[in-house]
Amino acid sequence: MPDLQKLLPPPMRRPPKPGHPNGAGNGDAPAALKNGDEPESPVTDNPGKRLTTGVKDAPADLVGWVDERMGATSFLTAMLMRKIPKGTNWFYTLGSATLFAFVVQAITGVFLAMYYTPSPVEAYASITHLTNDVFLGEFVRGMHKWGASVMVILIFVHMARTFFFGAYKYPREINWVIGVVLLILTMTMGFTGYLLPFDQRSYWATIVGVNINGTGPLVGPYLSDFLRAGPEFGATTLQRFYAIHMLLVPGAIIAMIGAHLYLVVKMGTTAPPWLRADRKPKESRSHEVDAIANGDGANGSSGNGAAS
Amino acid sequence: MNTREKEEYLREYEVLKKKGKPFFPYAIMKDSVMACVVVAVIIFMSLYLGAEQGPKADPTTTTYVPRPEWYFFFLFELLRVIKPPELVPIATIGVPTIAMVLLLLLPFYDRNPERNPLKRPIASIAGIMTIVAMAFLTFLGANAGSPTDIEIDVAPEYEAGKLVAAQSGCLACHQFGENGNNGPGPKLTEIGARLNPAAIARSLEIGPGIMPSYASMAEDEPEKFSDLVAFLSSLNGEEEVAASEASTTDQSVESAGGDAAVVEPDAGSSADGAGATTGSGETP
Repeated sequence: MPDLQKLLPPPMRRPPKPGHPNGAGNGDAPAALKNGDEPESPVTDNPGKRLTTGVKDAPADLVGWVDERMGATSFLTAMLMRKIPKGTNWFYTLGSATLFAFVVQAITGVFLAMYYTPSPVEAYASITHLTNDVFLGEFVRGMHKWGASVMVILIFVHMARTFFFGAYKYPREINWVIGVVLLILTMTMGFTGYLLPFDQRSYWATIVGVNINGTGPLVGPYLSDFLRAGPEFGATTLQRFYAIHMLLVPGAIIAMIGAHLYLVVKMGTTAPPWLRADRKPKESRSHEVDAIANGDGANGSSGNGAAS
Repeated sequence: MNTREKEEYLREYEVLKKKGKPFFPYAIMKDSVMACVVVAVIIFMSLYLGAEQGPKADPTTTTYVPRPEWYFFFLFELLRVIKPPELVPIATIGVPTIAMVLLLLLPFYDRNPERNPLKRPIASIAGIMTIVAMAFLTFLGANAGSPTDIEIDVAPEYEAGKLVAAQSGCLACHQFGENGNNGPGPKLTEIGARLNPAAIARSLEIGPGIMPSYASMAEDEPEKFSDLVAFLSSLNGEEEVAASEASTTDQSVESAGGDAAVVEPDAGSSADGAGATTGSGETP
């Protein structure tokens, strides 16, 4: 089981072997890497050459200099050049789309936080100011508001894809659990963020929501006391929601996304469940599944097949 | 999955992976296209749907009935669907908690090695049913209208009272036509035919049985209170008749219990003590 052995050392710590199939043999690696998003990404022709030039001519080569001190090339190469299974289609972009929606939320959220005042007296006025006076204020607030809906939709669709493709099964059980935690955290974001505009709608919806939380089993009453910062909705409740919304939960989400992605890279993305490696004779498969597999196989081999 | 199945899966996966393409540029290309679509959709929504600001939060109002963000509609609708008070804890605590635990532990109780959705009908059907149920509840929640709406047609002069009734929480216990909860209070669709306005005003102030008293409203906001009484008195089950009758006479009646003057535009009744007493018994 070669895959299991690969699990043991993290790829970022393992120097690439000169004859590594993902490195030297791949013709389009250098050009591809140069077009990458990160300007500082250590780029060399191939990992083997990097090792020698990195040691001998480091000062002459900025990329080599950085790489000699970070050793990031092997990690990046392993990341970027890792194979994704045959048949991978557009359904597999839902996870990264959710991640991207989160990035949009994080960026717009930072800008909103620059103008928002989390006090019951000033919160509403600060939102009014942000909406009416600040350059692009309403636009950014709209992006944050609707981005939340988009992220919730994407996370549910991503989960549905994982469910129907059986992608939560061995050996990816832990990643499913992390994903469910991320779903709960995302809903928590939606709940805590709803109060912050501090208009009638958000205020009363939050009161009802916290009260419903309070009827939960065991931790319920403590949870709603924690959320309210006391037995009643008070002056510090808004600040508490603000802190939860922009420090506590985002931190947890980022950590969980890190673990989620780590396991995605580690375990690899699944192949579509109807695909079978063609080692067995064809008679063992049903015609229906065969047809699907062939159809999608054609898409996959043409590389960027149409959305399925 | 036993060891043999695990090994078989890993072997199969390794073969499919070998036949695959490198993550860069193929998967990255698709991911980037998707990311552009996502940000384009968000920008579009922001531009066309905007981010309007509601009225400022006012903790002193007790009449505002809230609505959650749409993705919590299915939870709220669950609360509405499950009416009997003894079952409400099950709706609020039981269903979401159980669903969450079931979701978290999914890989540990679904131990079927098969991954093809066509070949594991139970899981697929359960998944589809869950999606349909959530979509249906969300749809219901979206179309339920504001929980503060009363959709009875009344003459224009009663609109103000209708709004007061809608915002005062009457719908929590009373039904108006198709709106509100049927119980614990009686239906108010035809209350005007059964009680005279003075009796209605008295009932509101006393709060018979478990019904809360609205005496404070009669004292602090007599206009709202008289609007409310006028609206309730106009409800006699026949909307058109009520409207035409009401337009004929306007009559001022001193409310029996409080110092607030109750303006009631229904001619056929006067404030007699007996009516008020029976009224307060029937109204909760």
